[in-house]
Amino acid sequence: MALVNSALPPALRRKRRRERARTLAFLSPWLVGFGVFFLYPLVSTVYFSFMHYDGFAAPTFAGLQNWDYVFTKYPFFWQGLGNTLWLVVVMVSLRVLFGLGIGMLVTKVKSGSGFFRTAFYLPYLAPPVAATMAFAFLLNPGTGPVNHLLGELGLPQPGWFTDPSWSKPALTLLAMWGIGDLMVIFMAALLDVPAEQYEAAELDGAGSFQRFRYVTLPNISPIVVFAVVTGVIQAMQYYTQAIVAGKVASGVIGGSGQQFEPGYPHGSTWTLPQMVYSLGFQRFDTGSACVVAVILFALSMAFTGVLLRRKSGFLAED
Amino acid sequence: MALAPTLPRRRPLPTPAGTARAARRRAALHWVAVHSTAVAAALFFLLPFVFVFLTSVMTDHQALTSDLWPQHWQWSNYGKVWHTPGFLTWWRNTLLYATLGTVLTVVSSLPVAYALAKFRFRGRNLALMAVVAMMMLPPQVTVVPMYLFWAKQLHLTGSLWPLIIPMAFGDAFTIFLLRQFLLTIPKEYVEAARIDGCGELRTLLRVVLPMAKPAIAAVALFQFFSCWNDYFGPQIYASENPDAWTLSYGLESFKGAHHTNWNLTMAATLLVLAPVIVLFFFAQRAFVEGVTLTGVKG
Repeated sequence: MALVNSALPPALRRKRRRERARTLAFLSPWLVGFGVFFLYPLVSTVYFSFMHYDGFAAPTFAGLQNWDYVFTKYPFFWQGLGNTLWLVVVMVSLRVLFGLGIGMLVTKVKSGSGFFRTAFYLPYLAPPVAATMAFAFLLNPGTGPVNHLLGELGLPQPGWFTDPSWSKPALTLLAMWGIGDLMVIFMAALLDVPAEQYEAAELDGAGSFQRFRYVTLPNISPIVVFAVVTGVIQAMQYYTQAIVAGKVASGVIGGSGQQFEPGYPHGSTWTLPQMVYSLGFQRFDTGSACVVAVILFALSMAFTGVLLRRKSGFLAED
Repeated sequence: MALAPTLPRRRPLPTPAGTARAARRRAALHWVAVHSTAVAAALFFLLPFVFVFLTSVMTDHQALTSDLWPQHWQWSNYGKVWHTPGFLTWWRNTLLYATLGTVLTVVSSLPVAYALAKFRFRGRNLALMAVVAMMMLPPQVTVVPMYLFWAKQLHLTGSLWPLIIPMAFGDAFTIFLLRQFLLTIPKEYVEAARIDGCGELRTLLRVVLPMAKPAIAAVALFQFFSCWNDYFGPQIYASENPDAWTLSYGLESFKGAHHTNWNLTMAATLLVLAPVIVLFFFAQRAFVEGVTLTGVKG
């Protein structure tokens, strides 16, 4: 490279240098941001995972003690990891299937499609705290309208957010209510499937299931991959809804004196991100919080790697 | 018969009147099936709003029962929520956080997205991967050192500044979406501007910016909503100072203070929700286009 550069006429070389300065200038805000708000805290997180630090006294070297603590002694680690993986598997797949279903429904609706689109999309916009509060009310076992209606119909009335075996399904229901983003993405993808392919399949005598299997699915598979991967990333970060639902359902809201142990009921909504919060900001165990953060980072990057590796054109040039 | 082999075999035979009627009946049944499913789905998506609203205008007493319909429409609940100490402060803080955050994000991210889309330089792919990695990073991964940084070095915790200042240094999601859009602008426009003697900044502002307006509107909306909805950030940085709380964070404490009053809590919930819904109806197009933008290259 250097050899080629020095062989260039000086005018061109000056142009090159100017171009490089220009590129740097355009990138500069982000370069600073990348260093200060990404690289630095990332390195620092890894560093603190090997230190004892309570936020006040000077940090001391801990070796692998924090790691050992989190994996073998901290009683809530495996439960939190299990819940996070439950969300990754169950919540993500149900959301993708439901999003695809609603997307297909919306493309088939002939009358009032504008109304239906808006109706299906609207809940996605509800701020997570507000949506969770609304669901905590709707699903509250005593006087909530959902159990009221279930009772009228003679159906069982689950404890939802107050029952450890129903709390994650209740959160999944909440996540499916806010399906609007996936619906729009799938809708756009479905409308892009060339109509000739459907016509050809129909002439070949393909039934509606076969048309879906051999025409629709291959055409929209990149979008399905996209929805799954972004869904997984969101599930890894799942925090607000779980913590708010737990707080409201348990009747313990932080602030004045009372401290809320996330995961109510019985740690069933307890996830890795909440673990970072609880260890770092409630127990001031910076080292162990950073161990969990590093694990969370490794898992997220593994899934991101899948997204980037695929030749799905995620980063396509044009 | 002699001509038969030359006809495409798959073409359906001319339909007698009976088959046509059957086909029409099938189409009608299909219409009913699709639309009744759509109505059922619409109930699933809209009934929660209805129940929340109905409860929000009930009396304190009735809100404790499992009644669905208010006996007296107690509109004063909204006034009560509005005049709750702190509610206006949360409102102002949220608006400041979301507006300032959106402006800073767009201004700082656009040049980066432009460089990533239109400049050719070494390390561009690496930079792009870094943007994607940043976009995928759960905020909890870096929150402990970041908190220590804002608390010990800059003494800015107890305010929203630790959330607003970083947005002046580009937001990965915004950069990524804008880049995806800028790729679709033909490079002839950019080259023509260069030949006319425009500098890169002028090209960006005079040529690219007007064409990118819909995408900019979309990312601005996304950013506004994500600030408005943010709970984790304010919980970490602002919880120690009630004067810095936002609506999302305050709403939760509101539930704490009005423990059994679902009516007031639901009125507060609707007041947090309303601006977002109103904004959506004003900017529906930009918003739906933006969501599609996230998936186009999928």
